[in-house]
Amino acid sequence: MAEVGYSKKVLEHFTNPRNVGTIENPDGYGKVGNPVCGDLMEIFIKVKDDKIEDIKFRTFGCGSAIATSSMVTELAKGKALDEAIKITRSDVADELDGLPPKKMHCSNLAADALHEAIKDYRRKRGEKADDDPQKSGD
Amino acid sequence: MVLMGGGSDYIYLDHASMMPVDPRVIEFARELLRSPGNPASLHSAGLAGKQAVEDAREKVADLINAKDPRSVIFTGSVTEANNLAIRGVSTRNMNRGKKVAASAIEHISVLNSMKELQKSGFEFSMIPVDSAGLVDVEALKGVVSKDTVVTSIMHGNNEIGTVEPIKDLAKAVHDLGIYIHVDAAASAGRIPIDVQADDIDLLTLSSNDLNGPQGAGALYVKPGIRLQPIILGGGQEKGLRSGTENLFALAGMGEASRIAKEEMSAESDRLKRIRDGLIEEIMSIEGAHLTGHPTERLPHHASFRFGGIEGESIQLNMNNLGIAVSTGSACSSITLEPSHVLLAIGLKHEEAHGSMVMTLGRSNDIGQVPRIADAVKETVTRLRGFSPLGAE
Repeated sequence: MAEVGYSKKVLEHFTNPRNVGTIENPDGYGKVGNPVCGDLMEIFIKVKDDKIEDIKFRTFGCGSAIATSSMVTELAKGKALDEAIKITRSDVADELDGLPPKKMHCSNLAADALHEAIKDYRRKRGEKADDDPQKSGD
Repeated sequence: MVLMGGGSDYIYLDHASMMPVDPRVIEFARELLRSPGNPASLHSAGLAGKQAVEDAREKVADLINAKDPRSVIFTGSVTEANNLAIRGVSTRNMNRGKKVAASAIEHISVLNSMKELQKSGFEFSMIPVDSAGLVDVEALKGVVSKDTVVTSIMHGNNEIGTVEPIKDLAKAVHDLGIYIHVDAAASAGRIPIDVQADDIDLLTLSSNDLNGPQGAGALYVKPGIRLQPIILGGGQEKGLRSGTENLFALAGMGEASRIAKEEMSAESDRLKRIRDGLIEEIMSIEGAHLTGHPTERLPHHASFRFGGIEGESIQLNMNNLGIAVSTGSACSSITLEPSHVLLAIGLKHEEAHGSMVMTLGRSNDIGQVPRIADAVKETVTRLRGFSPLGAE
């Protein structure tokens, strides 16, 4: 039967999102989206030895916005920053067994929020925060 | 496949999207699926089919107090009836002018029909509504003029529940010599509508909204008003809607109209009590706002918006809790635009995203109110728990 609506994995992450919340005094913070468009995501990271030791998110948005936020935190947690910054929007969608086509652009911003958080961390340390080569990974 | 219900304790609160067909209606009309006859044929089966369609026409006419059943034209849907009303009356009556007008909260099939007319030189104006969704009569008078052919105003709104004072509006429109089209898809069978007393020229009806089968609608056309058909063919429905009749759906719509008329008063009172119980409980939640009119609203309709959270997430979370609701959020729509109705009542985009609509039907009862209210509270608390936005 044709797949309609969200995959089971999207619904599972919507229902039991991982790494929900905030981090006090985060090493990096990223925020993307806009409530006017219906999606707003924040990612907080704690970094140790150039690895993402802890990561949390807060999201206002639809089911896929929440599920992609949850998934990106799961993918990034424990990864080296150089690896984490390579996580693309399509990686997130693929790990969720796909998103409905109309959701690919508007509600798949979680990877961007992660990249913003990493760049914020690097900026704070005086490192050069390279422009993210994978921004249009969709 | 997950069937609707998922369990016997599933609560369905999305009757505005689709209604179950009344088992009495199915029983009444099922024979027409088993042994149909084309109403255009003179053999016995055909005559039985013709009789079924004409009986249905009488029952539909009776629901809206149309004097002559022949004023009821059956169509395949509400969308089609609205298209026939707007495009049909405008293109046939261009001698009256080349302007059309509609309230800003009309069904998309009315608005898009009027936009289509712009391509053939019509001027289309939108009549604003106030924050409760009521049509502003003074604004209406400012928008329409003597060369407006038709003005369309919805009786009861499917998204915010607001009921317009249709008799007063019809008078205001008629004083200017303009036809009025009323979309009564959501209101018919729930609150009284009388095409004679209310003086209505064109009126759209929905079969499914009456607990009838999908695939049928109707347009009442006041005797003397001429329309251009939009579907051409063998000349069924007085030439206004060609195509072989959907016997099951039409007979079902007729029987559903009869039942709706008979049970309207008691059923509406029952639904109102559930509606008011839901509104009272849900409005106690922080950052909950009622959308639509607080009192002038459809008896089965309770609609809200919540600050800081998004409607599709509300719908998914409520579904996880075994309750089906609807939303006017952009994320849940095909176009990814928030509902034009919510924008028309003055909500900002970010406010319109947080909408939730509950529409009641025969399967609901007052005993469900506490469970529904608890589920809404749980949903709002959970989603706000990880939203970066405040409750307002």
